[in-house]
Amino acid sequence: MDDAAADQSRLAKVRRDAWVLGAAVGVFGVSFGVLATAAGLSAAQACALSVLVFTGASQFAAVGVLAAGGSLASAFGSALLLAARNAAYGVAMAPTFAHRRLGRRLVAAQLVIDESTAMATAQPQGRLREAAFWSTGVAVFLCWNLGTIVGALAGDAIGDPRALGLDAAFPAGFVFLAVPHLRTRQGRVAAACGAAIALVLIPLAPAGVPIVAAALGVVPAILFARAPASERAADPDPDGVGR
Amino acid sequence: MSWAAVVLLGAAAYGLKATGLVALGHRVVDPRLLRLAALLPAALLPALVVVNTFAGDRRLVLDARAAGLAVAVVATWRRAPFVAVVGLAAATTALVRAV
Repeated sequence: MDDAAADQSRLAKVRRDAWVLGAAVGVFGVSFGVLATAAGLSAAQACALSVLVFTGASQFAAVGVLAAGGSLASAFGSALLLAARNAAYGVAMAPTFAHRRLGRRLVAAQLVIDESTAMATAQPQGRLREAAFWSTGVAVFLCWNLGTIVGALAGDAIGDPRALGLDAAFPAGFVFLAVPHLRTRQGRVAAACGAAIALVLIPLAPAGVPIVAAALGVVPAILFARAPASERAADPDPDGVGR
Repeated sequence: MSWAAVVLLGAAAYGLKATGLVALGHRVVDPRLLRLAALLPAALLPALVVVNTFAGDRRLVLDARAAGLAVAVVATWRRAPFVAVVGLAAATTALVRAV
């Protein structure tokens, strides 16, 4: 098989994987739609968040803080701290798009998330990497938003969210999302410190503050838990959707 | 959550994504800063777990949510898919509340 044919078959596999990943994210999107409306957002607002914010963990955090009675400021704080890793992904993807026109880069920027970066960086630099980025980004964007619409409409039809235990769905979802971040020693130290900070601050500070303050958990992790060289590359698939 | 907040959060999230891709181009960023950003979810997600499970009105509480969390931890440990983890936790909490 020559290089072009090998590229073609590799591209076909990437496109297939992208839709498999998209389908998984779509189901996740349904849960977001249900929980966002349970937290008091309208169905339209839940859908708008998925189109505009389009970064799962941040969206869950924002509505989770609001559902727990936190202020809008702390909902923003926790959502944006979680979204900060997308800035790191953008930096990682920058060389791939450096030769593209500004308009194209502005569109690509909205698709810079865990899944697209993970799939792209698994490919060699160049045309394949860019193709993997677009196919994953577009598949996940479409499925995530479709899932949110379905979940938001279903959530609107549900009565008391507490009777269905939906308030416990938030911590359960965060447990699942946290797992890939615990694979490194630095991640585990940051997790333990973050949880401890939040626990201590719950009775002392207004709702939402404990979460934002937990970001300081990375400080001891950086200072005292030096990552071995093999762990130093930023994990491009921290949500573990591709596991 | 107001519409202004929805749009503002969207704009801020887009700004974070675009900084690297649009503004930086080929310039090099301090890798320590990137590692710090990549480490933030490790600290924040467990904090979200703790607050969404044990926070009452400015005090620590132990209620039906804790049972849901315990089930979620076991389900995640057994590598259950996302929907199963969330669904089992919600069902457990609903059940404990009902009895």
